[in-house]
Amino acid sequence: MALLQIAEPGMSTAPHQHRLAVGIDLGTTNSLVATVRSGLALVLDDQEGHSLLPSVVRYHANCDVEVGYAAQAAQNNDPHNTIVSVKRFMGRGIADIDDSASLPYRFVDAPGMVQLKTAAGVKSPVEISAEILKVLRQRAEAALGGELVGAVITVPAYFDDAQRQATKDAAQLAGLNVLRLLNEPTAAAIAYGLDNASEGVYAVYDLGGGTFDISILKLSKGVFEVLATNGDSALGGDDFDQRIFCWMVEQGRFSPLSASDMRLLLTKARDAKEALTEHTDVRVTAVLSTGEMMDATLTQTAFNAMTTGLVNKTLAPTRKALRDADLSVDDIKGVVMVGGSTRMPCVRHAVADFFKQTPLTNLNPDKVVAIGAATQADVLAGNRSGDDWLLLDVIPLSLGLETMGGLTEKVIPRNTTIPTARAQEFTTFKDGQTAMSVHVLQGERELAADCRSLARFELRGIPPMVAGAARIRVTFQVDADGLLSVSAREQSSGVEASVQVKPSYGLGDDEITRMLKDAFTHAKEDMYARALNEQIVDAQGLIAATRAAILEDGALLDSTETDAINAGIAALESLLAGTDHQAIKRGVEALNAASTEFAQRRMDQNVRRAMAGQKLETFG
Amino acid sequence: MDLTQNHFELFSLPQSYALDRDRLDSAYRELQNAVHPDRFAAKPEAEQRVAMQWATQANEAYQTLKHPVNRGVYLLRLQGIDALDASNTKMAPAFLMQQMEWREAIEEARADKNMTVLDTLANDLRMSHRRIETQLADLIDKAHDFGAASEVVRQLRFMDKLIAEVGDVYEELEN
Repeated sequence: MALLQIAEPGMSTAPHQHRLAVGIDLGTTNSLVATVRSGLALVLDDQEGHSLLPSVVRYHANCDVEVGYAAQAAQNNDPHNTIVSVKRFMGRGIADIDDSASLPYRFVDAPGMVQLKTAAGVKSPVEISAEILKVLRQRAEAALGGELVGAVITVPAYFDDAQRQATKDAAQLAGLNVLRLLNEPTAAAIAYGLDNASEGVYAVYDLGGGTFDISILKLSKGVFEVLATNGDSALGGDDFDQRIFCWMVEQGRFSPLSASDMRLLLTKARDAKEALTEHTDVRVTAVLSTGEMMDATLTQTAFNAMTTGLVNKTLAPTRKALRDADLSVDDIKGVVMVGGSTRMPCVRHAVADFFKQTPLTNLNPDKVVAIGAATQADVLAGNRSGDDWLLLDVIPLSLGLETMGGLTEKVIPRNTTIPTARAQEFTTFKDGQTAMSVHVLQGERELAADCRSLARFELRGIPPMVAGAARIRVTFQVDADGLLSVSAREQSSGVEASVQVKPSYGLGDDEITRMLKDAFTHAKEDMYARALNEQIVDAQGLIAATRAAILEDGALLDSTETDAINAGIAALESLLAGTDHQAIKRGVEALNAASTEFAQRRMDQNVRRAMAGQKLETFG
Repeated sequence: MDLTQNHFELFSLPQSYALDRDRLDSAYRELQNAVHPDRFAAKPEAEQRVAMQWATQANEAYQTLKHPVNRGVYLLRLQGIDALDASNTKMAPAFLMQQMEWREAIEEARADKNMTVLDTLANDLRMSHRRIETQLADLIDKAHDFGAASEVVRQLRFMDKLIAEVGDVYEELEN
């Protein structure tokens, strides 16, 4: 006879409920949202049955925003206000955008990240990306019938800290709780690896609309270990379009183009590129607003010739990644193709030649990243045991500091597994020096000026000493999202300063708050109610989890310690009766602080159990 | 986290230069499986923080033991010796000569854009690297001659630099 289960009084049943989580592929050209339903990962369609959402955002003067196909349809008529491929501008300054002159936008050179002037005002790439994410969030909430617990957002593996931070900011602005930033090739590897239950070393070649990534992964007993990654965060399908665009301008002998003619030609160029995937030649015609026209045939051979340079540009990072992994082509068991641009026959051939094997293309290259992200989101949300697989990813570019003479001192080398922390000691240069400026850099180049500047901050109040006597320890911590925070401490005096690396390229918290406020005003949502609701859900989750932990591992605490944690729970519960979301937030923080020691002991116990198996093997 | 535990103890491995790589890998996987932040993403913040600290520590320990130079430096540090001390630059003349010859050969291959020569060089360097590793294992694990081991660790570091230089030349020639 089956026994009935009876829940412990006061124990929430919440942890056993399916928690709604999604994976989002925020692409240069298209974006997608996927989820796991009844154990199966699937991409969520919009009401018309489209799974792809074109990453196109159009701003109207009345502040209405259109996203997706409607915006895409208007791009030729309203090029200034219709932003295409905004991902290329994330965390980038105007100087970083090579082809800014041949893009139909009105760029505003803002400190750190470029901004764009639209009919609805000046917008940052973060705000524009947030519009895309909002649509995907709404699509998911409508399809799943509830609020999302969180999302895994994918980023190109080669994205630097500024680009990652910008992506996380955009998600936050769209009202999403980011469970993890996940590298696109790694997401694809999950989708492939779990399907094929493979072991060995694989390469993931990911050529999207605007970015290229190559990752070398080792799959072993459910662990996906990234050995090396490389790429080019400004190389993708858009560049192939650009080549056809130049060819069209040449063919038509066009005079300088208006913004809408430019967009028209770019759209035609993309159509031609896509046609050449299936056909050996394509007729290309265009009539400009000036009456000028062109009509010519583009053959696949000619197209291949004009884009060889671009294809080769993907092979240099590929070689570098192999070298960093200390492997050769012969060690690669399989090559996974990801991203719409890998549909181009010239790309497939080049990859097959390079790796001396036919690449794997059995999963839809547009959807595989979102599917992998959704699968990981399901684990992170706590919907499955999570013992099935583990991802160990790396940072793509070295992190360091500027030292005397404008040189870069590497603190964390590229391809270091995250999370990671490294400390380096520095000293003062002059007698009596009381301040030190810390300039955080990312990149491989020797000169600081050639690396990306991530942040600058000052450590002040160093006690005056002779030059070289002070010991300043600078610590870099990279979390599991690949995001960096830096702190500096003078060892003898204990003077400290730290930054979450944001100010010089990302947005300050104030700015995010302002944008959130703006967004909510326009959407006429009740921000306060939403914040309160989120805080309550958060607090309830914490109380349930803490109770469950005491029930499971209460033996690790003495009675005073148990009382202290229970007091924290009681205090938070009484706050939940009220409507002060700030007070609830403080209560959550207090309970977290009160249970830190408990969390540490639980983890120690975890480790002892996990490693016990290792010790037994020693004697076995 | 027990901070008195050294990296070998963390992975339940014998404290020696000779390394059972499979055992290190499997112990690392087990440890990360237990402590990685992905296992705690749905857990309270206090647990997430502890997970990040542990996973960071596991990565640091793994990278140290996996890497031949770092493992040597670490073992010697456990013996109270700083092998990379800037004032300690003693190096056998024969080794320095060999270094110069290799450097010249790399430079020559670069100037001649000769990939075949470069391939041979890369292979030689790797073999030589392995030989020095064996020597280091003998000095640390059997002879317990930590002074001599310090010098050999520095030699190994020289070899790493040479191998990196070969990599740079490959990159230059390929582009």
